[in-house]
Amino acid sequence: MKIGIPKEIHHGEMRVATTPEAAAQIMKLGFSVSVESGAGLGANIPDEAYKEAGVEIVTDTRALWKQSDIIMKVRAPERNLKLAIEEIDLLSQGACLISFIWPAQNEALMQKLAAKHATVLAMDSVPRMSRAQKLDALSSMANIAGYRAIVEAAQYFGRFFTGQITAAGKIPPAKVLIIGAGVAGLAAIGAAKGMGAIVRSFDTRPEVKEQIESMDAEFLMLDFKEEGGGTGGYAKTMSKEFIDAEMALFAEQAKEVDIIVTTALIPGKPAPKLITAAMVESMKPGSVIVDLAAEQGGNCELTEKDQVVVKHDVTLIGYTNLPSRLANQSSQLYATNLRHLLTELCPEKNGVIIVNMDDEVIRGTTVIKEGNITWPPPAPKLSAAPAPQTEAPAYPSVLEQQKKSIIPPVVKQLLPAIIGGLILFGIGAVAPESFMTHFTVFVLAVFVGYQVIWNVSHSLHTPLMSVTNAISSIIVIGALVQISTPHATVTILAGVSILLASINIVGGFLVTRRMLEMFRK
Amino acid sequence: MSHSLVTMSYIVAAILFILSLSGLSNQETARKGNYYGMLGMAIAVFATILSGAVNGKTGIELTIFNTALSGTATIYGILIVAFIIGGSIGAKAAFTVEMTQMPELVAIMHSLVGLAAVLVGYANFMDSSISITGAEKTIHELEIYIGILIGAVTFSGSVIAFGKLSERISGKPMLLPGRHWFNLMLLLASIVLGYMFLQQTEDGGNAIIPLAIMTAIALIFGIHMVMAIGGADMPVVISMLNSYSGWAAAATGFMLSNDLLIVTGALVGSSGAILSYIMCQAMNRHFLSVIAGGFGTSSGGEAAAIEGEVQPIDAGEAAQLLQAAKNIMIIPGYGMAVAQAQHTVYEITKLLRDKGKKVRFGIHPVAGRMPGHMNVLLAEAKVPYDIVFEMDEINDDFVNVDVSIVIGANDIVNPSALNDPNSPIAGMPVLECWKGETTIVLKRSMASGYAGVGNPLFVLENTRMLFGDANTTLQAVLKALMG
Repeated sequence: MKIGIPKEIHHGEMRVATTPEAAAQIMKLGFSVSVESGAGLGANIPDEAYKEAGVEIVTDTRALWKQSDIIMKVRAPERNLKLAIEEIDLLSQGACLISFIWPAQNEALMQKLAAKHATVLAMDSVPRMSRAQKLDALSSMANIAGYRAIVEAAQYFGRFFTGQITAAGKIPPAKVLIIGAGVAGLAAIGAAKGMGAIVRSFDTRPEVKEQIESMDAEFLMLDFKEEGGGTGGYAKTMSKEFIDAEMALFAEQAKEVDIIVTTALIPGKPAPKLITAAMVESMKPGSVIVDLAAEQGGNCELTEKDQVVVKHDVTLIGYTNLPSRLANQSSQLYATNLRHLLTELCPEKNGVIIVNMDDEVIRGTTVIKEGNITWPPPAPKLSAAPAPQTEAPAYPSVLEQQKKSIIPPVVKQLLPAIIGGLILFGIGAVAPESFMTHFTVFVLAVFVGYQVIWNVSHSLHTPLMSVTNAISSIIVIGALVQISTPHATVTILAGVSILLASINIVGGFLVTRRMLEMFRK
Repeated sequence: MSHSLVTMSYIVAAILFILSLSGLSNQETARKGNYYGMLGMAIAVFATILSGAVNGKTGIELTIFNTALSGTATIYGILIVAFIIGGSIGAKAAFTVEMTQMPELVAIMHSLVGLAAVLVGYANFMDSSISITGAEKTIHELEIYIGILIGAVTFSGSVIAFGKLSERISGKPMLLPGRHWFNLMLLLASIVLGYMFLQQTEDGGNAIIPLAIMTAIALIFGIHMVMAIGGADMPVVISMLNSYSGWAAAATGFMLSNDLLIVTGALVGSSGAILSYIMCQAMNRHFLSVIAGGFGTSSGGEAAAIEGEVQPIDAGEAAQLLQAAKNIMIIPGYGMAVAQAQHTVYEITKLLRDKGKKVRFGIHPVAGRMPGHMNVLLAEAKVPYDIVFEMDEINDDFVNVDVSIVIGANDIVNPSALNDPNSPIAGMPVLECWKGETTIVLKRSMASGYAGVGNPLFVLENTRMLFGDANTTLQAVLKALMG
């Protein structure tokens, strides 16, 4: 099948849906790939690079759309102002489109695509499952956005991120607050931490605490009990009391931190307003807020979409195209996500895609199949977030065991001591004097052994066994004292015992020596 | 040599044995300790030979080639021949054994001690020169009986353990129906036979018959006991047999009224018992349930099924992960021993350490088939012992680990031991490698471990599976790291 990659026409969109490396891999699956001339320029990929990889370059936009069975794009189709035509109209009847679609927000577009009998796979609808991670374009883009958010902040922030003590005085480190520790938030934490800032982070989902702390950032605890994890690893809307407590925390933090990066999004809803105008006002002059939720209305009241504005001496960055601002990197990751999707779609590697609706990943991603709208998909079976673990899993079984046991625990504890005492008493009552002297030696030796062996290093347990093996061949003494009896059978038995024991003595000590020689620093 | 002098030599030998064991508390003193052991043994043997107990001639008529060439072989002749034959077999075994086969060697050596104890017991029983009467005689007979019993169990059990370890016998537990009743029956039979044996000796009857039957029963018991134990429980069995061989020696000591035997047997016996205890702790199993064989069926409910998909990678990607990591933990298991991969592991370790990475080894107490098995293998491959750590020493440190490599291990890195109360291995302490950034698991295929337990580690998001023979794949990783 023929895959076509048109040039992105959305204003400010610099990404491209495939790179020469990814295209080469896709062709290995049996597809032929065509790229519109100049499609990669925004991401610093010249046409020549594609040509070298064996990709066909098509100059005519209409021809490219017409000839392709599969169109791979970044942005959802929109009106091409230069050609004065809707991109959807360029799409061949019954063709396949793979791009970001946002089906919830773009119902009209969905209807039009369905009318075209198209099969549409939406990169924003990839289910959040372990197996689908490699084609999760949202995560890869969020990662870039998080990184870029810190870079943008650094550009407008008037100070160092890292603290220094110089001859010219002390520079305090910048304090960065990251709200929402999803993929973007964690990437922002990583970038800010890498530049030397003090990073704090807040998230409604307590399970991300560990992840935040693993990045060496501080997790801001809210003294409030409510689980914020929704299905599919996303956050959900919280109760009013929770939000009040949260806002109080942000108000307090706003006075202290220099940079705030907000990444709080709830799927299918406008972004929650977390930073009020009053909070912005309370920030130190020169502070920066990067609002990654600007597209969905912003987490900060004062954010302006796609703009950088200064209000109350605070710079508010509302870019919505942060991945595009790192176009080469995002194109690489997006192209790889697409390539993985094609690999899933084309298991035979014969250049023909099969939209297998029994496959959970493909089912979730497919929003229109041959003109039938299949969005929204049924709820995924497996969440990416681990199921909440019970606090102390061992308890129930312990309780059960106690119930089963009829003997009270005190008696149970004393039982071995009582039995031992009785046995000792029994022995003492009947045993002759000579036995008791040996028994004394025996008991003392057991205790000496007990004390000595506990000190043996775990790593030397194997040598311990072989040396005790050699030592226990002291039984040879028993054979030696008997060998001289006039009884022939006894002599033979003793002789054989000596032979066996000497195998052990020599073998045991030598192999121990050999092992111990190996232990070197 | 006077009697007191012999006793003094025995005391010196006993002290040397204790020093030998206490020397094993760390690697530096261990070598010296081993020499103390040799010295102690030499003193004990020579003191006994010179004590006068070994004297002159024997009554055996040696008839060679049916000719009339007969004469009296001296005891010393027999001694020297036995020592030379035995010694050379032992030396050959010691120098040729592969470190991966150490468990087999140890098992077979246990069986020899057991057999020797049986033979000495019989010899002592037939020795008519001992003249004691009354309670003392009864106790003496009882000592013989118990000595032979322990010796026989040790012998047959160790032979089976050897067979299992060398894979001559299937490692799977053989569970007979009603096996506990069978064991109980054997025990009762031994007690009854013991009573009969004592009666027969009192009455001057033919006491050897109950003794022989009991020996057969003890042999069967030893076989049955070890047959019922699965491969993963082998470390417990080996240490238990180690303990038995000690008790057999101690029982022989009582029988012969020899304090050196008693002391040494008690030392070895308690050593083996402690090892068994440590191994059981490491598996969170009760000693009795290990011995009873099979897995306990007491846990209620089904163990949680494991859902999800594994993420396979190839050697090149594994090498990339290692290149990017700073803090690496290697967790070897029995699979490393099987694949003989320890040398390749060392090569990789050396390479990574040369690149300035922190490489450590995390050893679970029951990794491998005998206590300390992994340590010996790593030592053989020249891995310095100061980067080899016990589970307790490093388990809290996994959060700082970038990449953990699990080589042929399964149950010892199974998270369900901690979070699934219905898992058969619930409560067993495990190496918590999943707390690190990434875990690479080397595995031959997607089969479950010895415990027959599925491992949710394999489907975790931060786990990557590297399938194939451990040594071949590690060779490929090594090549990728160098190239």
